[in-house]
Amino acid sequence: MKHASFIFGSWGITAVSIGVYAVWVIRRGRELAKRATREEMPWT
Amino acid sequence: MAGQSSTGTSATRRLGILVILMLAALALCGLWFSAEDVVQGSTVRIMYIHVPSIWTAYIAFGLTALCSGVYLSGKNRSLAWDRVAGAAGEIGVLFVAVSLVTGSMWGRLTWGTYWVWDARLTSTAFLFITYVGYLAVRQLGGTHRQRARRSSVLALLAILEIPLVHFSVTLWRSLHQEASVANPNAKVELDGLMLFSLFLGLVAFTMLFVWLVLHRQRVMMLEDAFSDRGLDVAITARRNEAGV
Repeated sequence: MKHASFIFGSWGITAVSIGVYAVWVIRRGRELAKRATREEMPWT
Repeated sequence: MAGQSSTGTSATRRLGILVILMLAALALCGLWFSAEDVVQGSTVRIMYIHVPSIWTAYIAFGLTALCSGVYLSGKNRSLAWDRVAGAAGEIGVLFVAVSLVTGSMWGRLTWGTYWVWDARLTSTAFLFITYVGYLAVRQLGGTHRQRARRSSVLALLAILEIPLVHFSVTLWRSLHQEASVANPNAKVELDGLMLFSLFLGLVAFTMLFVWLVLHRQRVMMLEDAFSDRGLDVAITARRNEAGV
């Protein structure tokens, strides 16, 4: 594939940046949920 | 058990799995199965993430403005609207950044440069900076209601930039191409799999956005609850000190 480094690079940057953010959100949620009461988590 | 020690529920887990499958299908279609464009060649493969990124950012900022408007309208002053607005704004900033980076990589291959001070590029960069400012304003001190009020006003002003960004290619002479697929006068003929890859990207990114917003606004709800708890403890301590 021509320009493979740019094409895979752009897809890689997208995957890594969104992936890192998603993992941060999930880990932050788990960390806070451990110390939260049921009333503070109405989705449970 | 589902949802007991996290921001997830069985519904968000199912949605998350669906999003992963759709993104995997997008990667296969966009990078492997779809044909190269007759004009752009293989660089068209960047479009399958670039276009959905800015689409998702538009949706995110639209939701930020909508929730801010509902909050300010006074009919429902629930802080939940503010938290959804904040979550959507934050995710929108991420997707604009992705759009700017992938767009500049496409530009390097097509125009020979990563950046030009073109109307579309400049207005998109300005949009990015505006919403970074929105996130900064959300971090200023004060109560949750003060945060909600000032950030809602800013969100309603910031959304006015979206039409400016979108129509910048027709309002000014621009290096950036005009709308092609959504333009009825453009007479663009796309290969079926290319069109499918593009729409798959739009749907997958939109669903990813929904999944992220659901989790992020729940994290914000917990952060607000913990912040209130800390405030309650501080007030009680001061009252005890004062003997009230």
